[in-house]
Amino acid sequence: MMPSENTGLFATLAIPEVGHFALILSLSFAFVLASVPLYGVRQNHQPFMQIAKTAAIGQFGFMGLAFACLIYSFLMDDFSVSYVAANSNTELPIIYKISATWGAHEGSLLLWGWVLAGWTLAAAFLSKPLPENLRATMLSVLGMVAIGFTLFLLITSNPFERMSEIPEQGRSLNPLLQDIGLAIHPPMLYLGYVGMAVSFAFAVAVLLHGEFKMAWAHWAKQFTLVAWAFLTLGIALGSWWAYYELGWGGWWFWDPVENASLLPWIIATALIHSLGVTAKRGIFQSWTILLAILAFGLSLLGAFLVRSGVLTSVHAFASDPSRGVFILIFLVVAVGLSLWLYSIKAAEVHQRKRFVMVSKESLLLLNNVVLVAMMATVLLGTIYPLILDALGIAKLSVGAPYFNTVIVPLTIPLALAMGLGFAANWIEDQPQSLLQRLWLPLVISALIALLIPLLLLPSVEGWAIIGLFMAAWIASTALMWLIRARPQSLPNSMQTFGASLAHIGFAVTITGITMTSIYSIEKDIRMEIGESYSVDDYRFEFLGVKQQEVANYLTSKGEVKVYENGQLINTLYPEKRLYLSQTMPMTEAGIDAGLSRDLFVALGEQLTDTAWSMRVQYKPFIRWIWLGAILMALGAFLAIWQSRMRTSNTSPQSTKRKESLPAGKKLTETA
Amino acid sequence: MKKQLIPLGIFAILIAFLGIGLTLNPKDVPSPLIGKQAPTLELQQLKFNKSFNTHDLLGEPWVLNIWASWCTSCRQEHKLFNQLAKQYSVTLVGLNFKDQEDYAKQWLKELGNPYKLVLHDPEGKSGIDWGVYGVPETFVIDHLGVIRHKFTGPVTKELIETTLVPLLEQIKQEQNL
Repeated sequence: MMPSENTGLFATLAIPEVGHFALILSLSFAFVLASVPLYGVRQNHQPFMQIAKTAAIGQFGFMGLAFACLIYSFLMDDFSVSYVAANSNTELPIIYKISATWGAHEGSLLLWGWVLAGWTLAAAFLSKPLPENLRATMLSVLGMVAIGFTLFLLITSNPFERMSEIPEQGRSLNPLLQDIGLAIHPPMLYLGYVGMAVSFAFAVAVLLHGEFKMAWAHWAKQFTLVAWAFLTLGIALGSWWAYYELGWGGWWFWDPVENASLLPWIIATALIHSLGVTAKRGIFQSWTILLAILAFGLSLLGAFLVRSGVLTSVHAFASDPSRGVFILIFLVVAVGLSLWLYSIKAAEVHQRKRFVMVSKESLLLLNNVVLVAMMATVLLGTIYPLILDALGIAKLSVGAPYFNTVIVPLTIPLALAMGLGFAANWIEDQPQSLLQRLWLPLVISALIALLIPLLLLPSVEGWAIIGLFMAAWIASTALMWLIRARPQSLPNSMQTFGASLAHIGFAVTITGITMTSIYSIEKDIRMEIGESYSVDDYRFEFLGVKQQEVANYLTSKGEVKVYENGQLINTLYPEKRLYLSQTMPMTEAGIDAGLSRDLFVALGEQLTDTAWSMRVQYKPFIRWIWLGAILMALGAFLAIWQSRMRTSNTSPQSTKRKESLPAGKKLTETA
Repeated sequence: MKKQLIPLGIFAILIAFLGIGLTLNPKDVPSPLIGKQAPTLELQQLKFNKSFNTHDLLGEPWVLNIWASWCTSCRQEHKLFNQLAKQYSVTLVGLNFKDQEDYAKQWLKELGNPYKLVLHDPEGKSGIDWGVYGVPETFVIDHLGVIRHKFTGPVTKELIETTLVPLLEQIKQEQNL
């Protein structure tokens, strides 16, 4: 519906300009944030440092206003704004008009900018443990990041740009994106990506400051945990969406865009653990700082890969080389400068302390190294086509076989060290006593890994045994750690419980991946109406296809009855949709979901009047992949909730867990 | 050298490759058809209800542009073809690919029609012969019916000025020899 003449006139005339202007105001607040507090630090002038808070509020408020203006333009079907015309039309349901705001490049970048302003605001107001000057420096660095993003928006990707000829109807949101899973996937992902900016700014501020106190690491860990939890959920949502919406039944494709989200996730995982060691033992400072720079750098690199069009991907963002150039320059300035700063100051921040081979910290370091190796292999596979092309050697693409071959073996040492790390003591441990503590989980894991394939699964596969062993090993050692810790206070128990839960979540995901990869059954078949097809204990009966017109699309809806051992358990309706505004057909799979297995039916092409091609799949334990991710995020949120209670009630030192510190080796914070 | 400089070094190498990558087009897969005789197309025309055989174009250079109404980047390049048709005399043939007739006609009505003729291939059968990788793609065929160049993805103003027009000029000269 076009806006009505009298009420809509003002709206169509001014709102996008208000948004544009708000964006510019937000940029000026970013300039204030980037300069004044930093100047205050140099002059040791308190009021200048405190301006950071005001500037953060202004930046957040105006960025939010700009975002609201864009949403309003979508709701009003203001097709004079070219971004609206390209991504919405009047037939689009309201919810997707809203989500279309961040459905393409310009709007998603605006959301990105707003989320960054939000994180900056949170860092400004929730940073009591940090000294005034460190906080001011950190917020100034965040202001500089915001300048980069806002300039990027204004120069190359202005979402408020008007068109001279106003079309009567918009081109509509890509039907792939008209889905609730994908409406909330990007905001989650951005909360994760952009959250890395806080730990990055913290790391740069610490380098400038020349000192890294243990309590600060604890503070940074909380922020990183929240960002990590959102990133985990965002990645899981994307994977879940690909599974039910793309119609192939896969859940991870090693597509460059997926890899772009996995890279910062891997490094953020390492960063959380490294920050934990720095907070607890006052070591690994320079490693922690490097990881913090890397996590943010990889978020930016992801943005570059996705939006510049240097790699081909199934996720089509309208790519534009000029955007690529801008992000690349941004990457060079932000990451290049901070790595240069790192090369000068890291040695100064780092504290040389000896640590023993058999101890919790060295096992955590080992896993950090494994995680970085994983990141490097994924990164190499992702940009390998680009490197070969740049050297003029060949044009090729790197597919799933490479990634599976290199990543799967790396998870084995990761899982083993994880279990050992749970049981090991800080500072120093005895190998014999460590193994003595671990015999029970070891036996349980071995039994599970051998007995489940032998008794319950259709065949015994080597990788299934390995995968199940890793999952059982991680889960049982995490549980044992939780029981052994017996924390005294509620806040502490929440942190231990959260950490334990997150690791059990990882075990759950590994189980899902193992089972789905090895025991899935996938059949592409031709089905006549009335015909049945059996997979395992399940019989699929094809009853026919109905054509229907729904809201903004036409659908061919198949009806398939599913029987388990002769009992009807569900009726599935796999669909092929043709959206009115676009002629590309969409597949909506019919899925009977269950904790132990999914039954997946996708409708293919119509072959004759009475026959259709169909893809039928049996996917054991696939839900566990995403369930695990939810547990990981939940664990992180629990741990954070505890930490917040603790920092507000008592000082971090007084609640340091006693069981981990041998008598006589009480640690003192390095002043 | 200080070991703290290593990350900066790796980063510099990475940036160098990314920078070069920006100047390349990953979709620019060289076509094995270049230098070969163009496969003949015999298809219904979009506007008139009769078929056309591209064999009839032999003797003059022509440009085959493969497009569809569902293809968003075709919109970008379409304006450029409109301009080209006005400013330069060349036989532009549109191949409407895997598209519905009504949508295709509406599209041309809305955006203008630079083509001398438009062929309609709703099932995309010609795609196999021509090795169509994605839409849009643009082929340049010379007077002898040989494919001389292929643009994968939308053509740009720059590509038209630096590649397409010079190539057509060159073919015209060859033709006059």
